[in-house]
Formats: sequence, C-alpha cells, structure tokens
Amino acid sequence: MNILMLGWELPPHNSGGLGVACYHLSKALAAAGASIDFVLPYDAHHPDTEYMTIHAATQLNPIHKFGLMGAYDSASVDEFDLDKVDLRDLQTMRGVQKRYVNFVERLVKKIGTPDAIHAHDWLTMEAGMRAKELTDAPLIVHVHATEYDRAGSFGSGNPIVHEIEYQGLMMADRIVAVSNITKNIIIHRYGIPADKIEVMYNAIDQASLGKYDYDGRTYNYLESLRAEGYTVVSTVTRFTAQKGLTQLLRGFARACERFDRLVLLLAGDGEQRDELIALSAELGVSDKVFFTGFIRGKQWRDAYSVADIFVMSSVSEPFGITALEAAHYNSALIITKQSGVGEVLNSILRYDFWDTDRLADQLVGIATSPALSHQLKTDIRHEYARLSWHDVARTCMQLYKRMKIGATA
Amino acid sequence: MKRGIVLYMHVHQPWRIRDYTVFDTAENHDYFGDFTESHRNNKDIFEKVANKSYRPMTALLRRMLDTHPEFKVSLSISGTVLEQAEAWAPDVIDAFRALVATGRCEIVAETYYHSLAFFYSRSEFEHQVELHRAKVKELFGAETKVFRNTELSYDNNLASWADEYGFKGILSEGWDPILGWRSPNYVYKPVGTKNIKLLMKNYRLSDDIAFRFGNKAWEGYPLTADKYDNWVNSALGDDGQIINLFMDFETFGENIWEDTGIFAFFEDFVGRWLSNPANTFYTTSEACDTFEAVDEIDTPHTTTWADSERDLSAWLGNHMQHEAMKYLYELESDIVRTGDETLISDWRRLTTSDHPYYMCTKYFSDGDVHAYFSPYDSPYDAFIYFMNALRDVRYRIYDHHKHGEF
Repeated sequence: MNILMLGWELPPHNSGGLGVACYHLSKALAAAGASIDFVLPYDAHHPDTEYMTIHAATQLNPIHKFGLMGAYDSASVDEFDLDKVDLRDLQTMRGVQKRYVNFVERLVKKIGTPDAIHAHDWLTMEAGMRAKELTDAPLIVHVHATEYDRAGSFGSGNPIVHEIEYQGLMMADRIVAVSNITKNIIIHRYGIPADKIEVMYNAIDQASLGKYDYDGRTYNYLESLRAEGYTVVSTVTRFTAQKGLTQLLRGFARACERFDRLVLLLAGDGEQRDELIALSAELGVSDKVFFTGFIRGKQWRDAYSVADIFVMSSVSEPFGITALEAAHYNSALIITKQSGVGEVLNSILRYDFWDTDRLADQLVGIATSPALSHQLKTDIRHEYARLSWHDVARTCMQLYKRMKIGATA
Repeated sequence: MKRGIVLYMHVHQPWRIRDYTVFDTAENHDYFGDFTESHRNNKDIFEKVANKSYRPMTALLRRMLDTHPEFKVSLSISGTVLEQAEAWAPDVIDAFRALVATGRCEIVAETYYHSLAFFYSRSEFEHQVELHRAKVKELFGAETKVFRNTELSYDNNLASWADEYGFKGILSEGWDPILGWRSPNYVYKPVGTKNIKLLMKNYRLSDDIAFRFGNKAWEGYPLTADKYDNWVNSALGDDGQIINLFMDFETFGENIWEDTGIFAFFEDFVGRWLSNPANTFYTTSEACDTFEAVDEIDTPHTTTWADSERDLSAWLGNHMQHEAMKYLYELESDIVRTGDETLISDWRRLTTSDHPYYMCTKYFSDGDVHAYFSPYDSPYDAFIYFMNALRDVRYRIYDHHKHGEF
C-alpha cells in the first residue's frame, strides 16, 4: 500500500498535536505494511523516522516555521488564489503553501500514482487536491482542527482559510475526523454529508514517551508547596483563545476562594500570554499562577509530572492529545465537554468551558480529597493505556483498502 | 403443608443530592432540593415512579388480594421513600395502608435510611431500625417481625444480632457458594443462632422476572405464566417447601415497563399458581412459622443481592466510597449530641446506600459507564457533591457547638 502523506510538521519540529499525531499514525501504518512518502514544508533532520521517506518541499529551516508561520497561524492568510501568490515569497504562509503544492506536483510525476493521498488539515488540502487531479488517486482529508476551532469562541475565523477547508472537504473522497465533536463541526459548519466522514480517534504511544524517573527538581518551588499540602493544577498548551485559558484562570480564582492551597502552572506560550498575566493579577491570584514560557524535553515532561490535576480547558478542541500525555504522567484529568478526547475517556471530570463554578468545585473536590485524587489517577491509567496507534492504523489501512477498490463509503 | 411462594418486594427511593457545590458549603444547607429538570430532582423522579409503578402495582396487588384469598405479599418500604410519598403523594401511602389492612401484606423491617450503618456503627444501625419500626407503626399500625438489611446484605454477625434483637426471620441472597449443594427452596437457620430462621432468595427465578422479563435476546423470552409456572414447579421438585421471590417493587412498571406485559404476566401467574390446590403463598413470617429449618447456613463473609460477586463492592469497593463513609460515620456522636432534628435527619439521609453506589467505578473505566445506574455524570461528580454536603454538615455541627448548645 503506497501512501502519499501530506503533512506540515513532525517532532521535534512541531508546534502542537498535529505533528505528534502524524508521526505516530505514520509509524503504526508503516508497521502495518504501508509504504509512506511524507511531505513536509521545511528541511530538517527527524530522528526515528526511517520507516518512511520524508520529502522536504522547501529548503527552509524549521526555525522559519516557528518564527514566521507556526502550523496554526491561519490568521495572516490574506489571499485565496494560489496563482496570485508570489512563488518566491517564503515569508508568508501562502508562499510556502504554493511551493508545497508545486513540490507535490513534481513528486507525483516522479513516484507515480499512490494508492491513496492522505492530507492533514487545511495546510495541505490544496496540495492534496492537486495530487488527486494529477493522479486520480483517492484523496483522504484528515481533520485535526478546523478554522472554526482555531477561532475559539470568536466567530468562525479567517474566511479564506474556511473556504480552503470547504473546498478540500468537498473534493475529498473520504474525510477522517479526530472526534465526533469535529465530525459535527464538519457537518454543521461546512455542510458536508455525515456519511462521508468517519471518526478515527488519536491514541498514545507509551513507548515513545519513554521511561524516565521524575526527579522533582525542575519545578522545585512547586514541589516544596506540594510538600506543604498544596495541589498543583497544570495545563500544557498554546495560549490562544481556542484553549479557554481565561475561563480556566477564573475558575481557578473561584476555587481559591474556597480552598487556597492551590497553585496553577500554565506551561506554554502564545498570543494570550500577557492577557493571562494581567488577568491573574486582576483576579488576585498572581502569586499562585506560574508561567513557564515555551518548554520542551525535561521541562515539558516535568510540567505534567509536577501536576496533581491536568485541566484541558479548551473552548473547542477536536481531540486534545495532551490529556493522554497527562494521564501517562499520573495526573487526574478535568476536561471540557467541548474537547474530543473526552469521547474516549470515562475516568475524568467534565465541565462546560464557560462553567467556571463547576470547574472550581471540581478543583476543590480533588484538592481536598486524597481518595478522589487517587481514584481518578488510578482509573485513568487503566483507561488511556488501551488507546493504541496500532488499532488506529488498522482502521486506517482498512480505509485505504476500501478506497483502492473504489468503494465510496 | 402447602408449597408456597414467598413474594417479597422492596420499595425505596433515596434523597439524591443536588449539584451541591463548594460554593454552597457553609452557605446553603439544602442538599436534596433540586428543582431543575435533572435526574437529581427527587420530586420529579418520585412522581414518575409513582405513576409508572407504585400506583399501578399497589392497585394490582390489591386486586390480587381481593380475588385470591391465598395470595400474600411482604414489603419492605424504606423511611426515605415514605417521607417522599408523604410529601408528594399521600395516596401512595394510603394504597400501601390498604394492602396492610387486608392482613395478608406483611411489612418487613430494615434501616429507615436504607443505610450501610450495620458495617460502621451498631448504635446508629439500631437507631435506624427503631426509627423504621416506629414509622411503620405510625403509618400502617403494623409490627415488623422479619428483618432485611440494605441491599440484602447479610452475614453471621447480622443474623446473630437479629436473633438477639427478637426477629423471627431474616432474608438473604441464596448464593451458591454459601448454599453449596443445598437448595434455596427451604427454610434454614443461621449458624450460631437460637430462634431465628433464614429465608434465602431464589435468584434465578426472581431475576427471570426482575432482570430478564423484558429482554428480547433472552432465550426464555417471552415469559408466559404457564412457562414460569413450569419452572417454579420443577424448581420445587417433589419436596421443596418454598420459592423465595425477592425483588425490587419498582421492577413492576419502572425497571420493566408496563408495555412489556409484566403486570398482566404477574396477574396470570398468580392465578395459574393458585389454581393448583397444593399451592399457596406465605408472608415471610408465616414461612418462618410454618417450616422447621432443614439445616444451618454459615455466612462468614457479607453477601448481598448485587452483581455477579454478590458482595458489597458496588458500595464499598473503591477509595472514594470508603473515605466518604468513614468521614460520614465519624460524625455520629457529634451529630447526635446537637439534638438538632433537621441536622440529624440531613446527616442520616446521607447514610443512604445509594450515595456510595453512585460513586462506584467498577467497569466504569472499561467503558461500561451504564453498568451502574447513577443520576450523575460520573462517580467522581457523585463523590464531590457528597463531600461538599458532608463538609456542610460538619460546618453546621461546628456552628451549633460554637453557640454552646451542647
């Protein structure tokens, strides 16, 4: 089974869950017998990817990607028609996307017709459509997030990106959504028939998270507070409207009104950082809120390990793979009802992203009860360990086979 | 002696805790007054169950008693459901009263609050047994003679207690590991007791009605009066004495809906059974009076009528349940000392076993989230609301004693 996989990032050069999901999906597909050509918009070394062939569509350094065009930066897109975009302009998202499309055009001439084209998110949908046009191979569009999600609660996002997504979803032979939440958005916000979409949840690869002994040193101050009976609440995310962090802060401040031995670790960075700092001061909890900035490696891992409670506060989260990582590092989970990962987990507490009182009650509930905290941590570990990328790959291989024989559903 | 069916049904509703948050704690002491359209609105639920089960089933039982002089039934009715009926549906109380007035409907004793107090505090347990006894006397003018503990929980200690307390009978699950080669269709004596008799549930025949009746995938479906009559007869064999059919009263109409034909089935079966002059019905205490015990039953570990394990693990299986119950019963002496009736009653309502049941996590992480019915989003939510309410009870105790009213 030859698959042309169109992606935008892979670890370690990823800015979010898209790269993680693409990496593990491809790895498990390769193990299931797929031969994968994976296209990236930048040129860099990716360790542990020998199971597939990686193609760089440009000579760009991944630094450019973080500096100028983070995978999720759709707000700057101002031109729909790629023909009008200057091919030499590698300073903008559209310029890079145009290069990416041209590269894919050349690539399919070289490698021939794949059994399926698998395009991830709006970033690569145009390249996917073009490859389908040239080869007549079936196109699968895999939706990890829509523009509607990225906009958070503020409208429907950039209309140009929305239009690109709409075209990709229309042209696709099959659509894969990472949750029912996402499937419903595709149906209701993009008008796509439900029977064209299937849900394929993300999973977690425990082996890749590796074995490591938490030494308790990275966040020494937080550990000392824990020793005094404080409960550490954390989230690891991008600070954007989509993630519901202002509501998380308000819920946290509400919880502190009832139980003050709580601290909040906000790990990550993003456009909302200054607003969140100001808000924590306004709410009178700034000495209990910790900002890490952008973190990787040990600091990133330990941001999970130091936490007693991990909150996924998203306003609209197609899946939310960080929740599974948090479960791996032994945190109790509180997840908004608007997060897709909640569809595959039971041993969690849920709240509506706007319901700050409910969140506060849950935070205090866990912080004041060792039994509840213990129970949630124990139960979720049993659960998340069952979610395997190999199962996802098996489903995906079946999809490829159906597409290969021309089945439409 | 005629062969007899001992039909025993249990009537109960808990006081479900509303979404009682940490912001209510120490502010608002109403734990049970949910007025939203949620599954925690006690009044809505009671009225629904009254319409679907209590009213039609008491009417049917009344008709059976009027039609068949040999028909008899035993009921245990928890104090909490009686409180709700008194508040919202006095006609349901009247309907039960009319059954008792026939002299062929026995009321079985239990803890007023349908609690697990026996496993935590003997004094609180006895208090709740007395409260129930008084309530039954007040409403129905009846004395209780046979005891059943919450969820049919039972062991040697309970049997000894009931024996010394003066009950003539006690009910338990007819669980195979306890019975061994023996049959539940006889009267037994608990090991180490003097006078008390033990009636053990025939769970196969009971559950054919209570759990399987409406199940179209069941090989016995559809269950007819003739078919069931055959099963009962073959279960009794040549010399069986009694068939103990123990089940929730709400089986009829609430757990199994009327449109399955369960009411008609019941009526047909009673007629079919009594058409054989060798057959009759016994109340629980009549069964104890009529038959000598054929053997002793040893139950060192607690059994219940729940789950394939028949143990207490649905109520006391995880850390949350143990912690919640520990904190709850720790308050006993401080609560009783207040003498504040409302406060004591609120605390006792929290002893109802449904609260820890809602915290059950068995099978929950396996994805079988509906294995244990609960009005809450998750066992963890149930725990949080319970603990918030319990903390408020603590606050009220503190507040009470602070003002010097010891």
